[in-house]
Amino acid sequence: MEEQLLSREDTRLVEGLRAGDEAAFKELMRLYGPAMLRVARMYVSSRAVAEDVVQDAWVGVLRGIGRFEGRSSLKTWLFRIVANTAKTRGMREARSIPFSALAGEDEAAVDPDRFLGADERFPGHWAVPPEGRVLAAEALDVIERAIERLPPAQRTVITLRDIQGLSAEEVRNALDLTETNQRVLLHRARSKVRSALEEYMR
Amino acid sequence: MRLDRELACQEVVELVTAYLDHALSPADRERFEEHLVFCDGCSTYLDQMRETIAATGRVQLEALPPGLEARLLEAFRGWRTA
Repeated sequence: MEEQLLSREDTRLVEGLRAGDEAAFKELMRLYGPAMLRVARMYVSSRAVAEDVVQDAWVGVLRGIGRFEGRSSLKTWLFRIVANTAKTRGMREARSIPFSALAGEDEAAVDPDRFLGADERFPGHWAVPPEGRVLAAEALDVIERAIERLPPAQRTVITLRDIQGLSAEEVRNALDLTETNQRVLLHRARSKVRSALEEYMR
Repeated sequence: MRLDRELACQEVVELVTAYLDHALSPADRERFEEHLVFCDGCSTYLDQMRETIAATGRVQLEALPPGLEARLLEAFRGWRTA
């Protein structure tokens, strides 16, 4: 089944780009450029190289836009191109790290000490339950700092899902992740951000 | 009735993302929701995760550095006239 997935918005931008409309290009660059740079940072060593990757990716986008068929959303396609460009470059740098190694295997969402131990009557239930809300307007920079401290793959996934608003499937397609890996990375990332907010509100 | 085993809070917190993405099996989803009915701690935890996600959605990524924007525009103009 070949489904046309392009939203009206995507169609407008794709047509604008094909027509050489600079306003459409700027709009796309500002919408997705910052997150594309973050994706590039996941695979290459330096900020300067990541910027080169983003530039090469956009050249690829312009070359490919005429053949873009809309089998994925426009943003999935853009992030796929930057991820692939960055992977190629990362390999050349011999610094590429496989995604699985970035996943951060055995991290708990919540500090295990906050649950009752095996010798208690209700093992695994809250000993120190969370309380109240974790939010305040000024907490935004707490969130940003928490995201900056994340391992690169977690940082990229939470950026694409929760900041840029991609669906789970779009992120999996953009970064070539399994369903489980995508979810684990997102879960670890969100758990740490929640925990940073909780700490901050205390 | 299934309910072979009750979920512990420590397990519930690891299922939150799958729950919110509707990725739990119907049986697991039911166990998860049953747990929430009786557990204030986990209900609060789920609310906090929802608040966290909503707040993260308000983060603005830093704009591209002006030098890079200029290079991209140059590449675009070059492509357009090619």
